[in-house]
Amino acid sequence: MRQMRAGKGKAPSLGGLLIGTLLLAFGAAAAPVSAEAARPITVASKNFPESYILAEAMAQLLEREGFAVVRRLGLGGTLICYQALVNGEIDVYPEYTGTIAEAILKLSRADAAGMGPALRAAGIEPLPALGFNNTYALAVPGQLAAERGLARISDLKHHADLRLTFSHEFLERDDGWPGLSRAYGLDLSVTGIEHGLAYQAIADGSIDGTDVYSTDGELMRYSLAVLEDDQGFFPRYLALPLVRADVDARAKFALTRLAGTIDDASMRAMNAAAVFEGESFAAIAGGFLGDAGLTETRSEGAADTTAEQPETDLERLAKEMLDNTLRHLELTAIALSSATAIALVAAFAIFRVGWLSKAVVYVAGLLQTVPSIALLALMIPVAGIGWLPAVLALLLYSILPILRNAVTALTTVDPLLLEVAKAMGLTPAQELRYIHLPLSVPAILAGIRTAAVICIGTATLAAFIGAGGLGDPIVTGLALNDTGKILEGAVPAALLAIVTELVFEAIERRLAPAHLRV
Amino acid sequence: MPPDTHGANQEPAEPCVALKQVGKRFGSNWVLRGVDVSFPAGAVTAIVGESGSGKTTLLQLVNGMRRADEGRVEVLGEPVPERDVEAFRRRIGYAVQGARLFPHMTVARNVTLLARLEGWPEERRQRRLHELLSAMGLEADIADRYPHQISGGQQHRVGLCRAMMLHPDMLLLDEPFSAIDPINRADIYPVFEALHEREPISTLLVTHDMAEARRLADYLAIVGDGGVIQAGAREAVLEAPANATVTRLLEASA
Repeated sequence: MRQMRAGKGKAPSLGGLLIGTLLLAFGAAAAPVSAEAARPITVASKNFPESYILAEAMAQLLEREGFAVVRRLGLGGTLICYQALVNGEIDVYPEYTGTIAEAILKLSRADAAGMGPALRAAGIEPLPALGFNNTYALAVPGQLAAERGLARISDLKHHADLRLTFSHEFLERDDGWPGLSRAYGLDLSVTGIEHGLAYQAIADGSIDGTDVYSTDGELMRYSLAVLEDDQGFFPRYLALPLVRADVDARAKFALTRLAGTIDDASMRAMNAAAVFEGESFAAIAGGFLGDAGLTETRSEGAADTTAEQPETDLERLAKEMLDNTLRHLELTAIALSSATAIALVAAFAIFRVGWLSKAVVYVAGLLQTVPSIALLALMIPVAGIGWLPAVLALLLYSILPILRNAVTALTTVDPLLLEVAKAMGLTPAQELRYIHLPLSVPAILAGIRTAAVICIGTATLAAFIGAGGLGDPIVTGLALNDTGKILEGAVPAALLAIVTELVFEAIERRLAPAHLRV
Repeated sequence: MPPDTHGANQEPAEPCVALKQVGKRFGSNWVLRGVDVSFPAGAVTAIVGESGSGKTTLLQLVNGMRRADEGRVEVLGEPVPERDVEAFRRRIGYAVQGARLFPHMTVARNVTLLARLEGWPEERRQRRLHELLSAMGLEADIADRYPHQISGGQQHRVGLCRAMMLHPDMLLLDEPFSAIDPINRADIYPVFEALHEREPISTLLVTHDMAEARRLADYLAIVGDGGVIQAGAREAVLEAPANATVTRLLEASA
């Protein structure tokens, strides 16, 4: 990708080149080639169902218009998506007006109109909103709403007997209950509940109302009625495609066709289909495009590809798991081998200088305390998203256990043995080669082994920055609350960790006599 | 028997080691000062003294593990070299208390390591290895075991084999038998004596055990009070202790 965008002034990264090459190859094979398809458009999403569905809809629409599309779905949050967009790692992703104003541009609500210019200054363009508003809302059981004639939040004034229970966050936030009750002059006694339990509680009738997001699929599943925010208290979170200004104008135009096509209810239905019916994001998005009359195309390529692949679910699953596992292995192997080389060179360079060893191990230890997801996020400004930053982050994580074990091993070899070796007439190099190093090997290997297992675990988080691997199904599964999907990533990752342990045991058996193993 | 000598610090005719006005300090503390002594070639010299008297330091001045701050140390007729000290050390076998065999190497590897580094052919290495093992009263099948798989007494014998592998011109032994239990020690003395008989290498034996010194050494050097108090043939020292410190040492072992 990167090397194709002229005038960035940065040397293309290895990861970028690799991905770019793959894309070129893939694009050439799969896309109905036309002039504008030469540069693929990278569509991204955050890691929750709605975002996946919207991104899929945008991706399929672009494909039907003849563009080559790369999907980077399930990135780990607003910060990562926006950074990636500004850096040109991705070209478009679905975002919400409220999030843009508050989380990205840090505008007060009054300035929301200034959003467009501020974004354009960063080379970003907000396309027309898709229609629905995914904001805080109050929901009550549909039957109760019908019985009591509840339609708007202000109606609650006359129903002080309702058992309203809100998530703890909603009860605390100024734009939650405190502000809402002031704005509407509601004087109701309310209680708190763990957010995850609220739907269950309202479904079994133990509470009468709670705070929800207005497009949650649960609203449909449990037949809840959303009360209209008649005073416009809640900020508006209108979904829209956030696109790089330098994206092909025809692609942008194609995406504007989505404007106003999805209302709250249809978004709810699509979320419910993903979360409760287990439909794939791609199928849901495809269905929506068909229903919305957005399927007339200049090429049949994208629509036909599924029909051309008569593979069974099991084959697809096996292929996906294999691909993810290989990708995972590639990430960890490259990170681990580089980390091993760096850490061992460093350890040999410093172990004879006591204070330096301490300082270096200490700094490496500090690095280890940075939460992995934060370290991944910190990598984005440096290395963008995808393969390279993930490898860099894993590498940084792996250095400590290897370095610390190596320095400890080298500095704790019995000094009398080393003295005997020297007194016998071994040169410093021979002493290192025949005595010092072999005696340190078991502990050094143990360090590499620890790093390898940490690496395999941490690499599942790399999916948050679009690096793929076994984290991909885990992130998707978490978004869908789909245990099966999570296991598609977690089980191979666990197996990989076990296999790694076994491989290292075999290596240790070869390199160290039994009585010296750690 | 060594040549007939009398009194303190007599010069042996043919010294393997000669210290001339040697001083060694750690920081501002002089461990040895004004040491003027030489040890006879081809004999076993015991360097005896109490803990902390500087006897190990004296030994380490000989193979250049420590450098004198004053005076001259001559070994085998030459000053201890400043450069290429490894080649020099390979001419001087070295064994220590606790044997300190390399735990990751088999007995054979421990003993033959230097010979490998010197490029001895396999056949010659094996011959010398088994010659030494049998001279030390060790079974040949011990060669393939690791140090932790053999007894402490056996480890010490292997340590001596390792020191003697290259047919050194000298042996430096730092309390080589101190960590062995008394019964095994009684077994190893005759073995050591027989080996010295067969390969009469100039040997410096550091020990705090006067009984061991009496048993094994031809010459005695008594270290204490920051120097060598008395040095000479065993009988001469035993008959005429130079001062009360020597007398006390001798009595402690009588």
